Amino acid sequence: MKLQTLWICFALQCGSALVLAQTPGSSATPGATAKSPRQPAKAAASHAVPADEGERKFRENCSRCHNAPEELPTRITGTVVLHMRVRASLSAADQRVILHYMAP
Amino acid sequence: MTKSTHTHDNLQSDCGYVFFMSHQSRNRTIRSILPRAVVLIALLSLGQYAECQYTPMITGGVGFFSGTTKGPTSFNPTFMPLVAVPVTQHFLLESRGYALESVTPRRNGESDQTKSYYGLSFLQLDYLATRNLTFVAGKFLTPFATYNERLTPIWIGNFQVAPLIFSIGTMNGAGTGGEVRGSMISNEKVSVDYAAYLSGNVTAKDFKSSRATGDRVDVYFPSRRIELGTSFGRMFEGAHENASGMHFWWQPWRVPLSIRSEYGHGTHAQGYWMEVAYRLSQVSGPDSVIGRLEPVFRMQQVFRNSSDFTDGLPSADTQRADFGLDYFLPHDVRIITSYSRQLSSTGTGNIWATGLVYRFLTPAWPGKR
Repeated sequence: MKLQTLWICFALQCGSALVLAQTPGSSATPGATAKSPRQPAKAAASHAVPADEGERKFRENCSRCHNAPEELPTRITGTVVLHMRVRASLSAADQRVILHYMAP
Repeated sequence: MTKSTHTHDNLQSDCGYVFFMSHQSRNRTIRSILPRAVVLIALLSLGQYAECQYTPMITGGVGFFSGTTKGPTSFNPTFMPLVAVPVTQHFLLESRGYALESVTPRRNGESDQTKSYYGLSFLQLDYLATRNLTFVAGKFLTPFATYNERLTPIWIGNFQVAPLIFSIGTMNGAGTGGEVRGSMISNEKVSVDYAAYLSGNVTAKDFKSSRATGDRVDVYFPSRRIELGTSFGRMFEGAHENASGMHFWWQPWRVPLSIRSEYGHGTHAQGYWMEVAYRLSQVSGPDSVIGRLEPVFRMQQVFRNSSDFTDGLPSADTQRADFGLDYFLPHDVRIITSYSRQLSSTGTGNIWATGLVYRFLTPAWPGKR
């Protein structure tokens, strides 16, 4: 398999992804409202631009690298966000917004 | 999750951010005080935060992986825990470790080859000094490009195997010393964050590091979800080699598409990797059978300009294409599979990898839910 073949595969995958991206889906409807802010895993699976600032910050920062856990005990939400503030270089303001989103 | 009756602001006072440290005799050395202080801080923290959002946590991943590289197959059960202990509102003690066993069955009646690996990925104390500045002391992951800090946890990475250029600029993955990092700018249009470190020559087990320095600057555009960044690293040992890197990430808003890429340039080689992941959640929803699938593709190349058998890079020009298929099961369980084709003058071959990973996240201290 030559390098050109690999690049063709790469281009095909990108193309198919973009084609599929145009497929209307329930979760891809522009303007769709965010799901419960207490379920970051569900909300992060949505692809609409979130109206809620907390969800937007969550997806801008946390979802950039990983999926949200399905369950997040309230007692450790502060610890999780503190850990991510260091790991993801969050500002203090973003930390507060994300914490309020995860545990309002 | 249960509903909290506290807001974030008044929760801090409810949690009692009062911290006492007993006075130590002045003639004791810092070396003798530090371990006790860390333990004391941790214990006080456990007591102070048990009833609030800042309870210490244990998270991480448990995985079972198998890999077949040009013939032999190895099985690798892996445990990677992460502990985070907040201490007042300004300090965080965190550590990540790993335990891995590699079992390679042999034929012809020979016994299996088994090797065990365990150690600390990082053990650091973070001091959140201001809104935009955090000091880190201890053993930390070197902030070069993105893979080392963000994608090495087994519950995050889309592929089992790190990119070919992973060792460029990362100084063996970790440094022991000090680091400053934080967010310079963060608004609706742009976010800029930074990290810079200074690492010493440490030979102690689990804290081995080289004398080195480096930095990284990221610029992120939230409206486009595009991230650009540059990295630099310099080793103060041996030939005093420099490394530089760039990265580009893009995750469009309305599409579950993720494009990640890095370029690294070292003294003896340069290379890049580009990864594309597309979760099929738009087909019939993220919780459907199809919607849990995520095809992943990674293309990578390394170009050698001189030989160096110690830098951890392929010894000759190498190209590799990784075709992956990940499946997100309920309860934070994920199946990752991949097939890779590697082309090189030193040998061409296939690499097969499969794995099952469970991610856990739990308070480390009992208390009311």
